[in-house]
Parts: sequence; structure tokens; C-alpha cells
Amino acid sequence: MPKDSGIGAPTKRREDVRFLTGKGRYTDDLNRPGQAYVHFLRSDVAHGRITKLDTSAAEGMPGVLKVFTAADFAAVGGVPCGWLVTDRFGQPMKEPKHPVLAEGKVRHVGDPVAAVVAETLAQARDAAEAIELDIEELPAVVDMRLALDTESALVHDDAGTNLCFDWGFIEDNAAAVDAAIKAAPHVVTLDLVNNRLVPNAMEPRAALGEYDAADDQHTLYTTSQNPHVIRLLMGAFVLGIPEQRLRVVAPDVGGGFGSKIYHYAEEAFVTFAAKALGRPVKWTCTRSEAFISDAHGRDHVTKIELALDNDGRFLALRTDTLANMGAYLSTFAPCIPTYLHGTLMAGNYATPLIYVRVRAVFTNTVAVDAYRGAGRPEATYQIERVIDKAARELGIDPVEIRRRNFIKPDQFPYQTPVAVLYDTGNYHDLMDVMERISDRAGFPARRKESEARGKLRGFGVAAYIEACGIAPSSLVGALGARAGLYESATVRVNPTGGVSVFTGSHSHGQGHETTFAQVVSDMLGIDAAQVDIVHGDTARVPFGMGTYGSRSLAVGGSAIVKSVEKIVAKAKKIAAHLMEASPTDIEFKDGRFSVAGTDKSVAWTDVTLAAYVPHKYPIEELEPGLEETSFYDPANFTYPAGAYACEVEVDPETGKVDVLAFAAADDFGNVVNPTIVEGQVHGGLAQGIGQALLEACAYDETGQIRSGSYMDYAMPRADDLPSYKVDNSCVTPCTHNPLGVKGCGEAGAIGSPPTFVNAVLDALNSGGHEVAHIDMPLSPSRVWAAINGGNA
Amino acid sequence: MYAFEFVKPATIAEAVKALADEDAQALGGGQTLIPTLKQRLASPSALVSLNGIADLKGVAVEGRELRIGGGTTHATVAREARTYPALAALAGHIGDPAVRNRGTIGGSLANNDPSADYPAAALASGATIVTNAREIAADDYFQGMFTTALEPGEIITAVRFPIPQKANYQKFAQPASRFALVGVFVAKFADGVRVAVTGASESGVFRWSEAEAALGGNFSADAVKGLKADADGMIGDLHGTPEYRAHLIGVLTARAVAAAA
Ligand SMILES: Cc1cc2nc3c(=O)[nH]c(=O)nc-3n(C[C@H](O)[C@H](O)[C@H](O)COP(=O)(O)OP(=O)(O)OC[C@H]3O[C@@H](n4cnc5c(N)ncnc54)[C@H](O)[C@@H]3O)c2cc1C
Repeated sequence: MPKDSGIGAPTKRREDVRFLTGKGRYTDDLNRPGQAYVHFLRSDVAHGRITKLDTSAAEGMPGVLKVFTAADFAAVGGVPCGWLVTDRFGQPMKEPKHPVLAEGKVRHVGDPVAAVVAETLAQARDAAEAIELDIEELPAVVDMRLALDTESALVHDDAGTNLCFDWGFIEDNAAAVDAAIKAAPHVVTLDLVNNRLVPNAMEPRAALGEYDAADDQHTLYTTSQNPHVIRLLMGAFVLGIPEQRLRVVAPDVGGGFGSKIYHYAEEAFVTFAAKALGRPVKWTCTRSEAFISDAHGRDHVTKIELALDNDGRFLALRTDTLANMGAYLSTFAPCIPTYLHGTLMAGNYATPLIYVRVRAVFTNTVAVDAYRGAGRPEATYQIERVIDKAARELGIDPVEIRRRNFIKPDQFPYQTPVAVLYDTGNYHDLMDVMERISDRAGFPARRKESEARGKLRGFGVAAYIEACGIAPSSLVGALGARAGLYESATVRVNPTGGVSVFTGSHSHGQGHETTFAQVVSDMLGIDAAQVDIVHGDTARVPFGMGTYGSRSLAVGGSAIVKSVEKIVAKAKKIAAHLMEASPTDIEFKDGRFSVAGTDKSVAWTDVTLAAYVPHKYPIEELEPGLEETSFYDPANFTYPAGAYACEVEVDPETGKVDVLAFAAADDFGNVVNPTIVEGQVHGGLAQGIGQALLEACAYDETGQIRSGSYMDYAMPRADDLPSYKVDNSCVTPCTHNPLGVKGCGEAGAIGSPPTFVNAVLDALNSGGHEVAHIDMPLSPSRVWAAINGGNA
Repeated sequence: MYAFEFVKPATIAEAVKALADEDAQALGGGQTLIPTLKQRLASPSALVSLNGIADLKGVAVEGRELRIGGGTTHATVAREARTYPALAALAGHIGDPAVRNRGTIGGSLANNDPSADYPAAALASGATIVTNAREIAADDYFQGMFTTALEPGEIITAVRFPIPQKANYQKFAQPASRFALVGVFVAKFADGVRVAVTGASESGVFRWSEAEAALGGNFSADAVKGLKADADGMIGDLHGTPEYRAHLIGVLTARAVAAAA
């Protein structure tokens, strides 16, 4: 196979030429003739009743086409939720309506109340200031712990409670877990917060709606990770547009991290308004607006209990979590703290008994949904933190206590007590690699050197497992998903031998155009440059579910493999005909078809041409053309795993933490493009360290966002981060997909937060400060306060 | 942004005239003002750009003072204030390269952000703020958060910094904005030590007189060991309590003294 472009080749990303030379085409770069602009008037209070909304003055302002309010959307549906969680008692979750524009009440700062469409954006903004809006403020529901008090104000009056659901997993195991914890010689408990994050993709969201009255066709250009999902949700549930009349295009998208999975009200708005006004309508989110309208991530408050025997073996694990849903249920919000979190609570360990309780809570804050890792970072953080605490309390080395409890290589496939079945893995090997590349043995000397300078040095470790390659449709269907989670691919071989691949996956920074082409190149023995990857347009690609949950290669790539296999099978028949041989005698290698045992052969291009110019062709037996479509539905999740180490130095005088080194040993199964994989790990680590060291989306008690800009929301910058050591040499290929791949996009963000926090706590404890826990982010003030027993 | 007129005079006199309209506003590097306008938090009738006025630019040694034109960018100061290394280093750590290549010392001092760096240098150096109308001693100039002695329409034409024997600025960056969470500028002169603190106080940059007194007799880190700033009146926010800020003042002062050169 072409060594320079096939599977395993560390080729450069072909899309980067476009991106780095400013030729990327993002939604905001697109302009349609006659385009108008929308500006949303958003609530500046967290909770209140709209007592006056008078748009008449605004309607008369220069350039204004129309001011929309909830009344204009009376006939359409609300923004739907894509996942139904059933609670511990068999009852469905509370699912209050999420209107496109606020109806009667505002429920978070940023909730859109009215939308002004005008000839220019400046005119729309001017007119928005002329809207007379009075809101009678209500007490804001912010703290989840208080939200569940019977006294609390209600985010959704008709729900009668702020509790969206009370979920237990696996409910039947609750009593046994309780008994085991009560009987255990050691129970280690930790209360922790998984801090709320703002995704902050480099490209803010944008949406451009267009309507063609001549053939009743709607088009939505949007910053989406999954255009077909948006088409389905918006067409079927909100606006009532049949799919064949609605085209959704997600062109180049500058990062998503989950925040661009969901169907947002602004998308429905521009699509609706374009038809209502007979003009294309464009919206581009400002950065400030993104802080109060993009779905946020994480925001869990958890108590975890780990029961151990005297040898440090895990006997049982129980967690109790409050998960913030925000004011409305975002597309996949209910699934994140439940099935993407509870199912991961076994981690890499053979803990026999596990029970997970999650109460999802409505608050007057922005909706919370999946963010890079989605549920799995929250699970990993708890497990890996409580294990470290147990190690310290029992006096066992943190690497040793993990090794003692790891699922052993010969135990795979391993059925966890939280429903999932791990197909492969070798956690001991990963630990070995981590210890080697981090030079753990050399740490004591490095610590001495730091101490000589008055600094505290810490070494933290963590292991992680994640469930990627989302997901078997029958399984997620049984768990409440209102969609299937297969992926599609059409492979079209062109007459002269080039290939166009139409994938339902969507690339917004992952490098699919390079990776997928490598797979096809490898299978067909043609140069990757001859393979084009097409994605992001429902008019071009078959129905597919898009990109999130590290699923693109494992699921989308598998669909491509299936299609290419069909292509090869058919091409062999054509080749057989051309060479007057039996199809069973045809061998295909390096882009040539040959008849076994002879020197007869034809080239790939002879076959492709014959397929489309079927002059001498067995037309009765074989259709012309060379194009195949496949839908691949995975048999199981994939289970990437890793062992991470982080080395930090703490300045005890100021509490400032410097990240000195980070080592990541990951098992992603087979790797198609090592450079891209390494890049994904780097990005994930930056995001995970960002969460643990810097990022905090904070609200005050009135529901105002305290970190609503980069003045207060700290994003990780290059100089906050060390040069990483990344190793992918541990490979246990996935057993159930054709490429043996597992997914690498989220790993770094999942494994790094506990690794980092463990390192800081190791440093502090080495300096004689008995600190068991600090909530993320470990800002200098919090670390200093922890050292000094005060508050930050 | 709201609509505004834009003028770019070539002389200070023309600028002063253009600023006579009470809704007109001076535009320096725009690093503070333009974001404010974009958020529609200000609506000047006219922006009077100071960038075309050659007299406002440049760094020059005048006797034992360093004179910096009010329109001089942070990047220029970082590069050219060689006779006052602590000041050059401070300028070199304001924001990022884009900010340093546009933002000006006059804009920074006029704005007097409680977390800005230059106010600490000006106050610790005992600088003189020179305007089109008068000269103002730093001790009189800073009057609390975002408040200065400047009259409406008054332009900072230059800042004169006496050059100390030794000085150092310790900036502890707020993790998000990287403005000073606390910044301490220590300057040792023949006739005494001045210590100015930015980032910490509800009333903006201030002199820490206890430290000045302690260092006056004994310019060493030990002299301020154990000296505690009062947490009363310090800023408390997401990034630190008043107590934390007060604590940092002590730590950074000692470090500045130790590092002073
Ligand atoms: C990303 C970013 C990071 C930053 N980081 C830091 C930092 O770490 N430390 C720090 O100290 N600052 C920081 N700043 C602020 C920066 O230093 C600004 O340049 C400075 O505060 C304002 O200077 P300017 O020339 O840009 O003024 P402008 O923004 O143009 O004006 C600010 C105000 O000063 C007035 N003004 C301007 N020039 C004059 C003059 N000559 N006389 C009288 N009034 C005048 C204006 O009318 C306006 O009211 C940062 C800014 C940004 C955008």
C-alpha cells in the first residue's frame, strides 16, 4: 500500500492548506443575495416574567424588516430534546417546552426575547434598543443544592419542581452496594465539583437561512457538527418542513467540542424568518453572546464513596451527583450525566459493585450539554480522585493501588457492573509506558531540586477508560435515545479512477479529509490525492449522524470501509469480465487486478472506465457504475484507555501552579494517522488542563454570569502548558470494527483533569500541607487558600 | 458601535480644539476604547485620534529623567526605555504583541484601570504627568478606580519618570485577563524608597507607606518580611479574596526588592 499516504502514514493534514492560507469557508463567510441580518434581544436577568414587550417603536426604525417575538412562533414547535431518561421509579423525565423565543418568562441571562431583522446588523442592533421590554424579576435558581428545596422558585412553573429526573444505575444493585459499603473496612469519601465550562470554539456559531419560493426549498447554512441531525430535529419537530424540502449545510466549522452538536433556537429562527420575509437572514454570534447562548459543559456536584479491603482492593463504589441541566433541555443534555457517565463508573477497575445516582436539576443558567468527553470526564475525575485519596489514606503507592485493581488483560471481554462490555485493553501495559515516558523513577531527585528553590513539586497519575464510537442503535434506543447512532458513507468511483467519498461524519478540526482518504487509499491502492472527502451538506451526503463522541473513524470510517469493500467486490467482477476469468480467481493488490496464477492483469482505471463505459460488459449480470452506500451500526462502543502522569510545581507563597510535564500513554487501537492522533491528544490535554487549572464559568446568586468574557474566563494559552510526551505504542485493536480503531478525540480532556489535580495535591502534601481536595480550577487563590485553610 | 465622527489632527493644539466638544473623545491606541465602543458602552460624537501627532511620540533621556511622549506605544517603551530597565520590562509585559504595538502610555494612564501596570510605575517613580495644560505629580494624579485628575478634553502629552537607583516590578497575572491581579513596583531613590501597588485596591493604585518606611532604612527583602498589607478595602472577585490580594502584596514587595536592579 502507498506507504506515504495509506494507513499508518503520518501525513500532513490536507485541509490545513486551505485553513492556513485563509481559504477556509465558514458560515459567516457565506453571503446570499438580498441577505438581511438578525440581532437577538436577550434577557439580561436570569429569571423573570415579561410584563411588557412593545416592538412598535423598533418596527419603525430605519432598515427594519420585522421584529419577531414569541407570538410569531405560536404555530411552530419548541426546540426538541433528543434523549428521554426514565427515572428510578419508571417515570419519564420532566421535559418542559423550549420555545424559539421566550414565551411569558425568561429563564436565563441570554434567553432570546425578541429578534430584529434589518437591512444591516447595525440597524438591527439600533432597533433592538428601541424595543420596550419590562421584566418583573423573580428569584433566580442558581445553586443546584438549593434548587431542590421545596421553597425554591421554579424555573418551569408547570413542571412543579426543578428536578428533571432522579436516576439510579443500576437501581437493582443499590441495596447490595449499600451493604458492601457498610461492611467494608475502609470507606473513602470525597465531595467534589466538576466545574462548569464554556466551550469557546474558535469560530462562534452562525446561521444563515434562505428560502426559495419557486420550489419551496429551505436552506440552512450553520455551524454544525451534524447537519442531518439538525435537518431532522428542526424540520420534523420545530418547523414542520419535510426533509426533502430542507437542506442543511455545515461548511467549514472552526471547532465544536460538542457545542455545535445541538439544534439551537437561532437556527430555527433564521430558517423560519427567511421564509416569512422572503429574504435570506443571517446571524453571527458575538463572543460575548456565545458565553450566554452556547450550551455549556460539565457542572456536576458529586459525592463519591469507595469501599476497600485492607489490601486496597476495591469492594464497592457509590456516587451521588447533581447535574445541572440549565434552564432548558439541550439536545443530548439528559444523556450526558446518565448513560455517558454512569456507564463509565467502573473505570479501568474490576470493582464488583457500583451504584450511580444522578439528579438532573433545572436552574436559571445556560443549558448544559456534552462538551469534549461528555460525562466521561466527570466519571473519570471522581474515580481517579477518590482512588488517590484512598491511596494516601491507606498508605499505598498511587500506581500500585491502581495496578492492584485493574481489570487484567486476560479478563477481556469484561462485563462491568454498569452495563457496558469492554472488548479489549491492557491497562498494565499502559501504566508501564506511562512510568517510563514520565521518568517516574527520576521524580524524587527532581522534587529535591524544586524544594531547594522553595517550591513544592508533585507527581500525579490517573488512568482512564472511555466509551467511544457512539453507538449501537439498539442499545441507545433502549436507553432513551430518540435517534439511531450509525453512520453512513457513499463511495463514488469516478470513470477515470478518482474517488469521492460522501460521509455522514463531519470534520470541524479533526482532519477527516486526510484520515478518511488514507483509509480509502490504503484499501484501493491508489494515491490519497485521488480521494476526495465530501461532508457537511445534506443535499450531498447520505443521512448520517455526524461527529462527536470520538465516533468518526470508528463508526464513519467503518461505513467507508464497508462501501469500499463492496466497490472492490464489484470491481473484481468487472475485472474478471475484462480478463475473461472467474471472479473468484481475481486478486486485487496495489491498485491492480490480476488473475491468480497468470500474468494477466488490468489496472484500477481500466476497471473504473469499463464500469461507466459499459460497451463490452455483462449488463444482464452486472449494473454499470461503481458507487456504493453503506450504513454502519457498531456492535459495541469502543474503549480507548490510557495512563497519564503530570508533574507540577507549586509556589507555596502565591499558590501558583506551573505544569512542568505531562505524559500520556494511550491505547487507541490501530492508528491511521499518528500525527493527527497526536494533535488530538495535545488538544484534549490542553482542554483538560484548562478545566483543571484555569477555566471556570461562574454565576452569582442572581444568575448573572461572572466570567462572561476572556477578562474573567481563563482559556489555556501555550505558555500555561508544558511540552507533552505522547505515546500510542500500546495497541489492543478494537475487536468489532473493521479497522480495529477506537477513537482519540476526547481522551486528553478525560484523563488530564484528575492527573493534574492529583499532582497538585501530591505537591502540597509533600510540603506538609494536609490538603485532601481542592475544587477545579486550581487557581492560585484557591491553592493558596487550601494551604492556609482559608477561603479563596 | 454607534456612529461617530473621526478626526486625526497633526498637532496637539488641533487635538485640544477638537476635544473642546464635550462629547468628543481622545483615541490613543484604542485597546481599551474600541472594545468599549464595540460593546456600545460609550457613544462619543467624535473620536479624536492622537496617532498622527508626532509631538506625542518618543522616549528621551532628559537629565535624570526619562521623558515618554503620551502617544508612545508600550512596544516602543519596552524597546527604548533602556535607561530605566524596570519600566521597559513592565511595558514589555503588558497584554500581547498586538496590544503593545497599539496601546499607549497616555491611554493607559488616562484610563487608570485599577489593574493596569503603568499606574504602578508612575506612582512608584514619582512621575510627572504632563498635559497640554499643566504638569501633575503622580501623587495627585491617581484618584481612584478609573478616576484621574484629568479634566475633560485634557491630553496627556508626556510622562516624566525620575530614574531610580534601583527598581523592579513584580506582576502577578490574573489568570484570564493577565492584567495585574496584584502588581508591586518598588523604586529606590537617593532620598527614599517608593512602593506602589496596582490590582489590589478598591481605590486603585496606591502607595504602601509601611513598606516604604521599612525599606527606607534597610533596602532588603528581609525588611518587609512579616509586614502585612491591610485586607480592608482590597478587591475581592472570582480571582482572589481581599485577604489573598493583601497577602500577595507582601510577597511581591519582597520579591521586587530582592530583584531590584
Ligand atoms: C487583550 C488586552 C490585554 C491588555 N493587557 C493589559 C495589561 O496586562 N496591563 C495593562 O496595564 N493594560 C493592559 N491592556 C490595556 C492596554 O494597555 C491599553 O492600551 C491601555 O489601557 C489604553 O491605552 P490606549 O492607548 O489603547 O488607549 P485608548 O483605548 O485609545 O483610550 C483609553 C482611554 O484613554 C483616553 N486617552 C487615550 N490617550 C489619551 C491621552 N494621550 N491623553 C488623555 N486621554 C487619553 C481615551 O479617551 C480613553 O478614554 C490590555 C488591553 C487588551 C486589549
